[in-house]
This record gives sequence, structure tokens and C-alpha cells, in this order.
Amino acid sequence: MIKIADLTYSYTQKHIISFPSFSVSKEEHCLLLGESGSGKTTLLHLMGGLLRGYSGNIKLNNTELSSMTEVELDKFRGRNIGFIFQKNHLISALTVEDNLRVAPYLAGIPVDTSHMQKVLSDLAIAEKSKNLVSEISQGQAQRVAIARAVINRPPIILADEPTSALDDKNCERVITLLLAVAEQNKATLIIATHDHRLRSIIRKQIQL
Amino acid sequence: MNLFFLVWSYLKAKPLNTILNIVLLALGIAVVTVLLLFSKQFEEKISSNAKGIDLVVGAKGSPLQIILCNIFHIDFPTGNINLKEAEQITKSRLIKKAIPLALGDSYETFRIVGTTKELVELYKADFEQGGWWVGKMDVVLGANIAEALKFVVGSEFESTHGLTQGGHSHESKFVVKGIMKRSNTVLDNLIVTSVESVWHVHDEQGSDEKSASIQQRDSTVTPSKLIPTHPAGDSTKEITSLLIQYRSAMAAIQLPRIINGQSRLQAASPAFETARLFTILGVGVDILMVFAYVLIFISALSIFIALYNSLKERRYDLAIMRSMGASRAKLFISVLTEGTTLTLISCIVGLSIAHALVLIMPLLFIEMQKAGITGLIFYSEEWIILAASLFLGLLCSLVPAIQAYRTDISKVLAGN
Repeated sequence: MIKIADLTYSYTQKHIISFPSFSVSKEEHCLLLGESGSGKTTLLHLMGGLLRGYSGNIKLNNTELSSMTEVELDKFRGRNIGFIFQKNHLISALTVEDNLRVAPYLAGIPVDTSHMQKVLSDLAIAEKSKNLVSEISQGQAQRVAIARAVINRPPIILADEPTSALDDKNCERVITLLLAVAEQNKATLIIATHDHRLRSIIRKQIQL
Repeated sequence: MNLFFLVWSYLKAKPLNTILNIVLLALGIAVVTVLLLFSKQFEEKISSNAKGIDLVVGAKGSPLQIILCNIFHIDFPTGNINLKEAEQITKSRLIKKAIPLALGDSYETFRIVGTTKELVELYKADFEQGGWWVGKMDVVLGANIAEALKFVVGSEFESTHGLTQGGHSHESKFVVKGIMKRSNTVLDNLIVTSVESVWHVHDEQGSDEKSASIQQRDSTVTPSKLIPTHPAGDSTKEITSLLIQYRSAMAAIQLPRIINGQSRLQAASPAFETARLFTILGVGVDILMVFAYVLIFISALSIFIALYNSLKERRYDLAIMRSMGASRAKLFISVLTEGTTLTLISCIVGLSIAHALVLIMPLLFIEMQKAGITGLIFYSEEWIILAASLFLGLLCSLVPAIQAYRTDISKVLAGN
């Protein structure tokens, strides 16, 4: 599913970072561990095609990311990758439901309303679907962000520090939720984090 | 979910900002459009009223007043001219047609014009009801008068001296013989009758014999060239003016000089005088135009600043949208769409305000109603205004759109 080999990325000419080679198979989950500044986010962004211009190989679904043009990459990302960030970054001008609708619209996929309703109710935010995102709680907002990441049924979910700002109880709830939605969507979950609480939950770990 | 829904949601999320921008630009566009509607319609009215009239000859005085009085019927006569003198001018080979006008009376602010059938023919008016005047004191009404006063064929009324209501009232009664169809010219606001009727009203106190018509006299008397029912060379009668049509372009050079050379007559060119009037009024119009452009400029600036600032706040939105598969071009287009949607709405609001204003104004000002100004007319220039506001929207949103296009998603999402 995911294959990283001899990957290096240069921020500037002198500041070059290299990553260990590894691969993740389908429906396998993986932690990218490392302290701040170790390049977790950079690796995640490289894997998600948000950052280009690397040397080495990043193959998702046997496709080398650098072989695609930017427009192709945008399209590929929309259909194959769901992102979850530490901050939810919901679109505040839209309702909960419309935040979910944006994802298939931007990816160029028709909206599957029944699937959307199911995701909303699975994540217990169905009754808030018509509310503006400014009107819901922090926890609900995070669930909307998770729903948005999986709404297109992507084979890969990339999460950047989804739990580090949460207390133990919420941390456990979120990771359980993430694993559950990944399971349901048959997706590979990659979490970049320095949160040691997750180490006992996901076995496969890459230390950066 | 589509582009317009997304753009609309963003506009709706900041209602006050959006409304302010729309109101500002709409006002600017409304002022421009009102000026356009007025000046266009005035120009059209003036040219249709002055059509076929190359020169107006009246008593010595202001040439502008002669034009305003005898063509547009909104000013008072400069005085009277002797019928015999007028006839002498008419003999000139340079003149194709000369129509006499005898003014002085009105009814309910509508002017009574003593003239010949040629005046009505000049404006190509047809009859809605009835027909031509036959004898003295028979009149034909313009469409607006019949409507305003609810007159029909057979109605009678007494005229008053001057143009205002409540002036000295004459005793003889006018009888309506015909009502004309709307011609959208000044004729719609005129009560037209024979020159003799006007003389008759003013001769009431004196002996009536002098004004005896040609039929009652012996047939050897030559009829007047101007007023076929009246004998020629009558120096006791007066008219207000002559509307003259040239026979050739040569006349434009020679005739005014010949007429102005005579001590008691004044020639005035409608084309020249209306052009002069426009230059005088033009200053006011120009000031309003400048004001409108300043408004439009400020609103454009306001839209630009609003988009620029909101794009700063929306960096994360843009980056998230990219992460969900939106291309750079899509974000670029969405920002441009936001700008043009704003200006397009403003433009439609502005045009509507302008037409509504021009529609309402004649109800408040009787003069505008008389002039036939209407808000229900659309000019092709309004398409230009629409296109210009679309262009303005593109211009205002170009820099923010480029900003959106250049968003470094990774940097924004990394949160540094």
C-alpha cells in the first residue's frame, strides 16, 4: 500500500532531512514517532502529496507520487487520502453537513448521501448536521473532522498529532474512533505523533 | 455543493461586510445609471421635439428663450412679431416650410398653441378620437392632456392668460374636436388650435370685424402664405414665432444673418441652443458623475480589502481544500467568483435602484411626467455597466486570487 525508500527532502540547500525506508501494507496501521522537529509532519505531508520535490521513492498504491503532475496529484489526493490534523480546520462558513459535502465535491466524486448520514450517525453528530461549525463543541468538531477525512472512503488516512492536545480520556476515545472508522472503511491509518500513549495501541511504529 | 454555494456561504458568513460592499457599489452604479437614463431620455426628447425644425424666428430677445418657448414650451415668449413681417421672411427661397405659432394662453398649465395643421403633421401625430379643428375655438388635444383632464371630444373649457393656473380668464369657450395619439413629443402636452382662435380670444374686447376670415371677404384677396385662411399682408395681426425648415444647407449660413439683420426679429437655431444648454447643464452632470466614480472606486477598494483580509483568515480553509483534492486553479477561480458575485449583485441592485428612482420621480415632479421620462426603458449602455462591474469584480479579486493560488499548503497546515 505504502512504500517509502531512500527518501530525503531538502528544506534549504543545507537543511536536508532523510527518512528511514519502510512499507505499510493494506489495512495495516502505523505510527510515525519522533520528537518535535524530527520531520514527522514533513513525512506525512510528503506522503500526502502536500509537499513535492523529494528525492527517493514514495509509492502509494504502486504509484510514485513524483511521477504525477500537480493537478494529477491533487486529484489522486482527493480520492485516496483522508487528512486529519491536530487542529480541526473546519470551514466555519459552512454547516456540519456541508463541511462533509465539500470533500467529495472537491475530489470530484458524487455525494453519497446515505453514506454521509451513516458516517454522521456513527460519529454521533447526526443531530448537529444542520448547525454551523461555530455552534458545536470541540469534541464534536473533531468528530466532524474525522468524518470529513473518511467520507470519500479513502484507502489511506493520514493523521497529524490527532491526540496530543487531548487528555487521557479523550485521547483514548479519539484513537478508538480513528481505528474504528479505518476498520469500517478498510483504510490504512498512519498517525504522526509524539504521543507515547498511542504506542501501546498501534504496534507498527517507525521511529524518526 | 458547488462553486456558487461555497462562494455564497462565504459571503453569507460575513453579512455586514457583504451588505456594506454591495450597498456602496450599488449606490455608485445607481447614480451612473440614473444620469444615463435621464440624459439619454432628455437627448431623445430634445431631438425628437426639434426634429424637422432648423430655425425658430421670434421677437428680439434671448435665443435660448426662443427655443425653450417655441419648441419645448417651457418658457415664455420673447414678444410678438408682426404677421406681415413674418410673411415677408417666408418669401425667401431658402425656406422650405414655415409654421406660425401664436402663444399666450393656457388651460390648467397646458399651453394653447395657435398654429396650422403643419405643426401636427411635423410630429407625425394621428388622431385617437375626433379630427381636425373646423372653425374658431375648436381645439385638438395632446394625449397627456386628455388623460390628465379626462377630456373627450365635445368637452368645453375656458383658457387663462399666461402659462400658470388662476390667471385672467377669457370668456369664450374652446371646444375639443379631436384628441391625438401619443407621439412621445412635446405635442402630447399641447392644446392645438388655429391661429385665428388665439386672436379671437384676445380680440374679444375690440371689434371682431378685423379678424374676419377670408371666406367672408371677397375672393380677390390673396390668402396669407402662413395662415391660408387669413388674407395676406395684414399688419394689424401678430404671431409669436415661426418654425422654419430649410430648403438647403446653404440656408443655415445665410438665413440667420438675414433675419438677425432686421431690427425686430431674432433667429435661433435649436441645434445650437440645445447644445449650449447641455454645456451649461453638463457641469452639474459631470460633478455627479465624478461623485459616482469616487463611490465606485471606494467600493472597489473596499471589496478588495475585504477579500484580501478574508483570504488571510481563510488560509487554513484554502489549504484544507487543497488537501481534499482541490486544484490551485479551482481555488483561484473560487476567489474570482466571490469578487465577481459581489459586484454582479451590486450591479443588479444598482440598476434596479436607478430604474425604480426614475420610475418614481415623475410621480413626484409633474414636469418630468410632462417630459415623458420613464424608468421602464433599458439602454444598451446598461450591458456595458454590467460588463464593467464584472470586470471590476475580477480586478478586485485578482490579487487575492493569486494569493490563494500560491498558498503553500504544507506550510500553512504545519501551522508555523
